[in-house]
Amino acid sequence: MSHTMVWIVILAAGLCTFLLRLSFIQLWQWLSMPQWLHRALQYVPAAVLAALVMPALLRSGGAIDISPDNLRLIAGCLAALVAWYTRSVLLTLAVGMGALWLLQALT
Amino acid sequence: MKTRRSSFGAGVTAVSVMLPGVAPFGLIAGVTAASADLSIAQAMVLSMTVFAGASQLAMLQLISENAIPAVILLTALTINLRFVMYSASLAPHMQHLGAGWRAPLAFFLVDQNYALGVRRYEAGGEDEKWFGHWFYLGVSLALWVTWQTSTLVGLLLGTGVPREWSLDFAIPLVFLVLLIPALHQRPHIAAALTGGLVATVAAPLPFNLGIMIGAAAGITAGVLFERLVPAHASAEAGK
Repeated sequence: MSHTMVWIVILAAGLCTFLLRLSFIQLWQWLSMPQWLHRALQYVPAAVLAALVMPALLRSGGAIDISPDNLRLIAGCLAALVAWYTRSVLLTLAVGMGALWLLQALT
Repeated sequence: MKTRRSSFGAGVTAVSVMLPGVAPFGLIAGVTAASADLSIAQAMVLSMTVFAGASQLAMLQLISENAIPAVILLTALTINLRFVMYSASLAPHMQHLGAGWRAPLAFFLVDQNYALGVRRYEAGGEDEKWFGHWFYLGVSLALWVTWQTSTLVGLLLGTGVPREWSLDFAIPLVFLVLLIPALHQRPHIAAALTGGLVATVAAPLPFNLGIMIGAAAGITAGVLFERLVPAHASAEAGK
């Protein structure tokens, strides 16, 4: 992508994200949130984040790989346990990256 | 007695325990921006305007994979759709403020200041009408400054990180930390499993559309699960 196109994407993303944030804060007088939209939006974080995480772990080499040779899957599962029990960004990063480095060194 | 200044200070104090979780995330965003070959100006404008880690990381990943601009933008906006929900939830507390307040308050809206702000408004009395936005502003500015500083540090360190360190793996790890608290009830787990599996299967589709298709499938699964599985049945099974 050209340098100019990257600028356009960044500025458009910034502007549109601002409009999402402003939406109901600005329009509340005229418009309240419909029930169906509220229901659907509840599931956005779980659906989107899983759609980002799972391909990165299950397809780390390009093809779907659920064998023990998939080091990122193993390191990711360990990190998921740490995230589940501690909710700590720092510990999850440390265990996940540490496990990947160790596995890469061993194989 | 509550004042503007004490409310602002209470906001900074309330968010300070969250900042150690925000800074490493910003660092990763900075390092990723450096390895995606963005200029420092581009990376900082991205960080200052979008100001939402998960969408920034997804955008950087797609930029380095040479995805088309429309997909990069749509993916970022899908991730940020949750802000519409936050906006609607905070809106009733901000209606007495003029546009001069509402626009900047909206500009800073992210997960942490939403959570702290809405709690403050709901627990506080009538006087939060005059002081609540100062509390929210204290939270927001502390978050924003921490985010920009840590992104800049990551950006400056980033170019020196060798490929063998597999630092790109930090991105799914960060998403993982954000995903876990989002799984509070069974429909959310259904949404995550469906979204994740569909995105994995759909990953080879052109234009990196897999993430969006996965997200749409996951949201649909969550809504259907909520509708089809009666709440008491899922509560029973959850015991």
